Amino acid sequence: MSERTERPRGLARGWLYLLPVLLFAAVGVVLALGLERDARTLPSVLVDKPAPAFALPPLPGRDDRGFSRADLGGAVMLVNVFASWCVPCRIEHPVLEQLAREGVVVHAINYKDDPRDALSFLRTLGDPFTRVGVDREGRAAIDWGVYGVPETFVVDREGRIRYRHVGPLQPRDLERTIRPLLARLAP
Amino acid sequence: MTRVLAPLVFAFACALRAAFAATAPDEMLADPALEARARALGKELRCLVCQNQSIDDSDAPLARDLRRIVRERLASGASEAEIKRFLVERYGEFVLLEPPFAPATWLLWAGPFLVAAAGAGLVLGFLRRRAAGAEEPAELDPEERRVLATLIAGESSERAP
Repeated sequence: MSERTERPRGLARGWLYLLPVLLFAAVGVVLALGLERDARTLPSVLVDKPAPAFALPPLPGRDDRGFSRADLGGAVMLVNVFASWCVPCRIEHPVLEQLAREGVVVHAINYKDDPRDALSFLRTLGDPFTRVGVDREGRAAIDWGVYGVPETFVVDREGRIRYRHVGPLQPRDLERTIRPLLARLAP
Repeated sequence: MTRVLAPLVFAFACALRAAFAATAPDEMLADPALEARARALGKELRCLVCQNQSIDDSDAPLARDLRRIVRERLASGASEAEIKRFLVERYGEFVLLEPPFAPATWLLWAGPFLVAAAGAGLVLGFLRRRAAGAEEPAELDPEERRVLATLIAGESSERAP
């Protein structure tokens, strides 16, 4: 008998009971997406912007004249920020050498390093770099928006930053992102 | 004894930490007014290495470099807004610990108020419905009245045999 008076509101109430379940599902989806992305990897605001102006002195004992903004552009290039004290840099080094062997121009910013250590790093592990600029104070790196080493940038023929990779470049990064991007930028 | 001492030691450590933060004495500017501005600005800028600390709090080398840049620029006459713009151009708005009030962030700022308003609306609606329900209970139809009368009659006869 009471059902007769309740029925019109019964449907609305059933929906109301479902609401927490729906909310839970929505929160779950958001959190699951959050798990997938690494919060520590920041998107670079410099992507699709021209590379910053900088001029860095050469690494003593290495045969080049340093690395500056004028060296960028004309071809697709990689800019790697490394230091001899940085362990992940050692891990990614073979990947950079692989790219250099394939004819990709790779420049480097040597970040807050003792030039002697940097030189012996390159003599021991191999030297894939076309130009190396010494950034002892880390000022040029700040202009590049660098917040840790290693970081690697892809710069296109117009001298624009097209991609920034935070952390060591691994073979799978090469296959998944770097190579397809290089192929797209320099067909 | 430790129960009394521990909070005191903790409070003292906190005060000490607040007094010194991570800014080393050799980084400080000679002009106290400028140094105060640098400290205030440093508290609003995120250390990108530790991410939930300000550059004023962080011991990370990058935070120290950014503190130095803040001081150099303040000393050369730059305004707080100019320094923030300099850093946002390099690190994005993430470098600002307090997000700016912009079209992209208005939902973020208004969010808590919207949630509170929605909650208040739900509570008000619930209370109003309950009050309305209490005022006018559904009328019994003749059939219900008859059943009820029978039940009451039956019960009273059972109770008083």
